[in-house]
Amino acid sequence: MKPLDLRLLQYARATRGFIVALVFLGVTTAFLVIAQATLMADVITRVFVSSASLSAVRGELWLLAVVLGTRALIAWGNEVLAHRAAAAAKSQLRVALVEHSLKLGPAWLAGARPGDLAVLSTSGVAALDAYFSRYLPQLVLAAIVPLTIGLVVIVHDVLAAIIIGFTAPLIPVFMILIGRFTQSRVERQWRTMGVLSGHFLDIVSGLPTLKIFGRAKAQLTNIRDVGEHYRRATLGVLRVSFLSALVLELLSTIAVALVAVSIGLRLVGGHLSLRTGLLVLILTPEVYLPIRLVGTHFHAAADGVGAAEAVFAVLEIPLPNNGTRTDLPDLRHTTIQLRGLGVRYEGRPALTPGNLTADIAPGRVVALVGPSGEGKSSVLSVLLGFVRPATGQVLLAGPDGTTVDLAEVDPDVWRSRIGYVGQVPHLFAGTVADNVRVGKPDASDETVAEVLRAAGLDVDPSTPLGETGSGLSAGQRRRVAIARALVRNAALLLLDEPTAALDGISEEIVIDAVSAARSRGTTVILVAHRPTLVALADVVIPVSAISDPITIEEFAGASS
Amino acid sequence: MTTNVSRKVRHPLLRLSSVFAGERWRLVLAALLGALAIGSSIGLLGTSSWLISRASQRPPVLELGVAIVIVRTCGLGRGIFRYLERLVGHDAALRGLVDLRVRVYARLADIAPAGLSGYRRGDLLARLVGDVDAGLDLPLRIWLPAVSGLVAAIGTVAIIAVILPAAGLLLAVLLLLGGTAVPGLTALTAARAERRVAPDQGALAAAVVDALAGSADLVAFGSVPRAVAGVEQTDARLTAAARRSALGTGLGAGLNGLLLAVAVVGSLALGITAVGDGRIQGVYLAVLALVPLAAWETVNGLPAAALAVSRVGAAAGRVFQVIDAPIPVPEPDFAEVLAPGPRAVELRNVAARWDPAGPLTISAIDLLLPPGHRVVVTGPSGAGKSTLAAVLVRFLPYSGSFTIDGTQADRLASDDVRRVIGLCAQDSHVFDSTLEENLRLARRDATAEEIADVLDRARLGDWVAGLPEGLATTVGAHGARLSGGQRQRLAVARALLADVAVLVLDEPTEHLEPTTAAELMADLLVATSGRTTVIVTHRLMGLGEVDEVLVLSEGKVLERGTPKDLRDSNGWYATRLAREEDQERLDMVSR
Repeated sequence: MKPLDLRLLQYARATRGFIVALVFLGVTTAFLVIAQATLMADVITRVFVSSASLSAVRGELWLLAVVLGTRALIAWGNEVLAHRAAAAAKSQLRVALVEHSLKLGPAWLAGARPGDLAVLSTSGVAALDAYFSRYLPQLVLAAIVPLTIGLVVIVHDVLAAIIIGFTAPLIPVFMILIGRFTQSRVERQWRTMGVLSGHFLDIVSGLPTLKIFGRAKAQLTNIRDVGEHYRRATLGVLRVSFLSALVLELLSTIAVALVAVSIGLRLVGGHLSLRTGLLVLILTPEVYLPIRLVGTHFHAAADGVGAAEAVFAVLEIPLPNNGTRTDLPDLRHTTIQLRGLGVRYEGRPALTPGNLTADIAPGRVVALVGPSGEGKSSVLSVLLGFVRPATGQVLLAGPDGTTVDLAEVDPDVWRSRIGYVGQVPHLFAGTVADNVRVGKPDASDETVAEVLRAAGLDVDPSTPLGETGSGLSAGQRRRVAIARALVRNAALLLLDEPTAALDGISEEIVIDAVSAARSRGTTVILVAHRPTLVALADVVIPVSAISDPITIEEFAGASS
Repeated sequence: MTTNVSRKVRHPLLRLSSVFAGERWRLVLAALLGALAIGSSIGLLGTSSWLISRASQRPPVLELGVAIVIVRTCGLGRGIFRYLERLVGHDAALRGLVDLRVRVYARLADIAPAGLSGYRRGDLLARLVGDVDAGLDLPLRIWLPAVSGLVAAIGTVAIIAVILPAAGLLLAVLLLLGGTAVPGLTALTAARAERRVAPDQGALAAAVVDALAGSADLVAFGSVPRAVAGVEQTDARLTAAARRSALGTGLGAGLNGLLLAVAVVGSLALGITAVGDGRIQGVYLAVLALVPLAAWETVNGLPAAALAVSRVGAAAGRVFQVIDAPIPVPEPDFAEVLAPGPRAVELRNVAARWDPAGPLTISAIDLLLPPGHRVVVTGPSGAGKSTLAAVLVRFLPYSGSFTIDGTQADRLASDDVRRVIGLCAQDSHVFDSTLEENLRLARRDATAEEIADVLDRARLGDWVAGLPEGLATTVGAHGARLSGGQRQRLAVARALLADVAVLVLDEPTEHLEPTTAAELMADLLVATSGRTTVIVTHRLMGLGEVDEVLVLSEGKVLERGTPKDLRDSNGWYATRLAREEDQERLDMVSR
């Protein structure tokens, strides 16, 4: 882990102001520490050596109270600032993450598990709280306070400064050395521990299976053994990883002891004044405190850094280079030409579809048919710009004979001409009308009611939809999605029939949608699984996979 | 029964404490070591300040000898005591945890799977395992800081009180405030902040999931900017709430700083007066002033401990909820033992439910399974097919009559029932181990030939033979290194190896590609011929040769008969089968 990942400053701008504030507070703290030590040494010396009375040092005591009170205030302010900065930074990372994920598109999201991203963007980045409130402030303090105080000590007592100058830098040096020396051992042990704790989860998850085979009770001894193993492995790790804390504490307290004894001996010899001695004694622990605390909070901070790095990893995935052409031919008179279209998914040895060539004339209802998993839905994904074809292209042939390659077209402009109903359309939290208006934000109430009727749905548009559209039946939800596609009055409608819905309702819904679109002169491309739906089509395009020469070479290359 | 009730009233943290009772001496040792570590810091600063004050009076060096030794010892001791404290404390805590884990497992084994239905999602189970691990924090984050801080604080106060009773009293009062009021206040403000932020946090998580889950529709409809704006809006509310509650977060640090200021200035003032009165010698003034600087370490860890109390308490509560859960299928007091026989199973008017307080999931089920009889159980999803399978292996209690060779199943030990009736479940677990160990789970003493035989029957023989490590190949967590088909086939091979009289296969072809599914089903029919078999499935093709088909709907038998009868009857089975065949034909045509 780097002490400070500069990408944090880039992606979470709130961090910048926070660090400036921390530097200011750090410098103030350093001066307060020096003032505190000076005042205490002064007062003690005057009372002890010159027998000053309480009233004689009243002024200094008040000042000391103010200095200590200000330190308390700074400690409080530090945390308040840290939590505010953390809140802002988390918010910036979160919004950037959601926005970038959506820009990367549904094909990327399908592989990235939206649930994981949601967890990362909420509870994941929450780990930044500790990073901001504990680690960063100490890191800044560790950079400012020891040096400032060290300078003051040099001025007063060179010998003590030498002791400090030798030990303080040793702390990071030793921690790095011990870290290097023990790293492989600790990593190996952590792996064992990971295996062991995974083992318990594995056994618990498999309990029903164990019971089936009468092995559940037999695992009790196993669990105990694994627990013992786990304990021993953990202690092995701890024995090593606590070493760095040991060095940290040893060096800092031994240094204080050395400084104290050396001051004492020189005082006896009369080479030093009591005031200087006390001043240096009070200052010395303050040199080590921030360095020690950086070490202590290092691990708590690592979680936050880990979460931030996971966010950066997503943010740094480059967005695809999209086309920029906005001069599209009128789709109502344009033939969509699929030319040798092939889509490759990572880890699959086939192109799905493979080498698909077909013409889709305007105003026609076209059915894509073929075995599942061979690329029917992928054709829709290509047409929507969710995935890029590995081979071939999609051409838009206008009535005047000009053709435009879809890859050169601005996808937002292109998509604005399309209505889409996926296999499992997502309905958003809000009302039925809100969801219809996803298709056309400025649609009037009348238009919304009209398309809902056209989609065969008879519900109040103000009906609220809960999470994933609860409150309506599966069929009604689908009809809302169809209304959402129809409301755009798009020239091209893409319909993906659900494979899983073998309950008979989907058939009727798709038939309704297709006839509604046909009556508007819309081109319909339909992924069909059922003969009755195929019968609706003017044209049937068979879609099938072919084995992919490139991926097969990769497989062959990997295995040889 | 009464003990049971009174146990439930006890706070989960108290119950968790009893888990560590056996380790009390190790914990006492750790607390003492911790107190010595803190004491070393305080002693280092206190003795040093005396040493320096005394030295300035230029006494003979010998007179300083003891103080110098103490200073050096404290300087060395601090790190070493802390290191030992942490090792001893972790050792004790981990030992206690082993027992807790065993107790949790034993209970889980009794209630699984019906009592675990609340944990069906893997992440909840992972959280439970994490909750057990969180038990460590009770001794490590709560007890040890509190006890070692208390011991060190008492020692420090005592020494200061010997020097100057008034200063001792002042320190005692301030440390007491720092040790009780400050952590209490910290926990309160944290809880308040949590309450304030929690609803917005939930709303934000929902908004993010909504946007990401609906990404295809958002992108297709050009609604990404609007969705991001929506997330931003929810996020802004959460961020504003978090910023408002930030004021409370630093309270602990700030208040401890203020208490320290009072302690330092107060001790100095008291000390100066006492020096003036001649009640104490001047050399002790520096001790009185400097000791508080180190003494706050005794209470500095307590706000974090106070925060841990609610977190660990909640985790312990969830753990004990499992330990207290009622056993869904109690074992008979005196289990009958089955005589050897052909194993005929009969269900008459059987009803069952998952939730003891909920509606019946299946009811009025009759099913006769004479030896060698093969039955397909089908129906729309949610019809109760898997519930029936669970009743057959005694994962669920039943009402009505369920007999094996004439003996009621609830009069038999449930393990004995499962020796007769085996299940290859839909979600049959593949353990993170080797192929062989996963198979041998079914029968420890299976011979190599028997294993080879079941692998062949599940059509895995050639694949395993082709693996470089053969049966010793590891399969990964949840069988991640196997394909879906291989996982299912491995589960089938394991079920066959168990060699039970009655085999229940619950959706053996679920989650498989259609072609793979058809192949596996065909293989299964060959592998189970002659054995009493119940096949729960929603795919009907290729099952024409079974003896009987049961169509369930809403927990009741909708249709039953031979495949041929049902096919001719124009009911659910016939419609469904025709649709599947249409589908198959369409696929063939387009190929």
